[in-house]
Amino acid sequence: TLAERTNLAGVRHILLVLSGKGGVGKSTLSTELALALRNAGKRVGILDVDLCGPSIPRMLRVQDSAVHQCDSGWVPVFVGQDKAIALMSIGFLLERPDDAVVWRGPKKNALIKQFVSDVAWGDLDFLIVDTPPGTSDEHISTVEALRPYQLLGAILVTTPQ
Amino acid sequence: AEAAELRARLRAVRHTVLVLSGKGGVGKSTFSALLAHGLAADETKQVALLDIDICGPSIPKMMGLEGEQVHQSGSGWSPVYVEENLGVMSVGFLLSSPDDAVIWRGPKKNGLIKQFLRDVDWGEVDYLIVDTPPGTSDEHLSIVQYLSATHIDGAVIVTTPQEVSLQDVRKEISFCRKVKLPIIGVVENMSSFVCPKCKNESQIFPPTTGGAEKMCQNLNVSLLGKVPLDPQIGRKSCDRGQSFLAEAPESPATLSYRNIIQRIQEYCEQQHLQEEKIM
Repeated sequence: TLAERTNLAGVRHILLVLSGKGGVGKSTLSTELALALRNAGKRVGILDVDLCGPSIPRMLRVQDSAVHQCDSGWVPVFVGQDKAIALMSIGFLLERPDDAVVWRGPKKNALIKQFVSDVAWGDLDFLIVDTPPGTSDEHISTVEALRPYQLLGAILVTTPQ
Repeated sequence: AEAAELRARLRAVRHTVLVLSGKGGVGKSTFSALLAHGLAADETKQVALLDIDICGPSIPKMMGLEGEQVHQSGSGWSPVYVEENLGVMSVGFLLSSPDDAVIWRGPKKNGLIKQFLRDVDWGEVDYLIVDTPPGTSDEHLSIVQYLSATHIDGAVIVTTPQEVSLQDVRKEISFCRKVKLPIIGVVENMSSFVCPKCKNESQIFPPTTGGAEKMCQNLNVSLLGKVPLDPQIGRKSCDRGQSFLAEAPESPATLSYRNIIQRIQEYCEQQHLQEEKIM
């Protein structure tokens, strides 16, 4: 669709942050990486596709923010000291922060497709995609949806044991 | 007809405990393994440990059963036995190599979980412990749905003290309430660290928002206990598949685990007595 071509067209590099394991520091690393790249003068965005346990909004202290719509789709929430890092997470779509997202695969897949095609990212040097643990719906859908774009590669996070 | 099949298979299961978290890496599998060992220490009890983490099955390694395969018989799939009274099932036993990725979408995962319940010949079981992956998705919905054929005593929810974990655990508590799954209580893992040399206590994961204690108070759930971080747990249990309770009986972590296991047993036995009264 035209929107798809428009919304990610200005993104130069897309990085996935993966692990098989939970609790190893994917979200922490995604956040630190985004902040470090921003510090180095790059235009950065974070896409949080952990739908059941979205950690990024809280890490960037925007857990109470809401998203708005514009002509080309959703406007990301701008975070960081200079409000220049673009962030999208399901965390912003919940009515209450403790609400559980109890969705089966197909519904998760539909939202991930929307996050990829319907967020007005604008021009970015790096889009960092934070993922939940595992090798399932979120991962398959994210890779499939991003395939037509500049997918730079994946960073895998682990702990020593 | 399917529900009847499941009901028949699970009829001889007395107590079922789900081990959940919203958060990954907090110690669900470690706890499930030790709970199973702890309950099986009583040789008169038959314990079953079911691992429904399809993408990241940790139980085979933690129980020292890597490389084991599942055998079929006329009565179904045979669990892999650690002890005579402790049987285990996991997708890990179905892989040709431990590094094989199970890259499945929800429906396929649900299918395997149903098979685990329908086709495994668990026999007579006093305690069925179900270890789950992090989250509130297919695996969790399915296990609650399929186990409605029997009776789930409740869920034990594992967390670590920091807010980034509690945030996800509150969602898990919401999930339990939504699907009417009783919550036995919360375990706060990796609570503190005692240096083996200087015996000084540090908080590796500071409870910046009051830890599990505050969360439990706010949400009116039981705090079953706090388990300190003991590097022996990782070394012995997680990576070597030994029972930490047996290998390190003097560790403060072992004492915490034993207290928590006892509380879980008491909860299950109480429920049983109450139901017998009603019947």
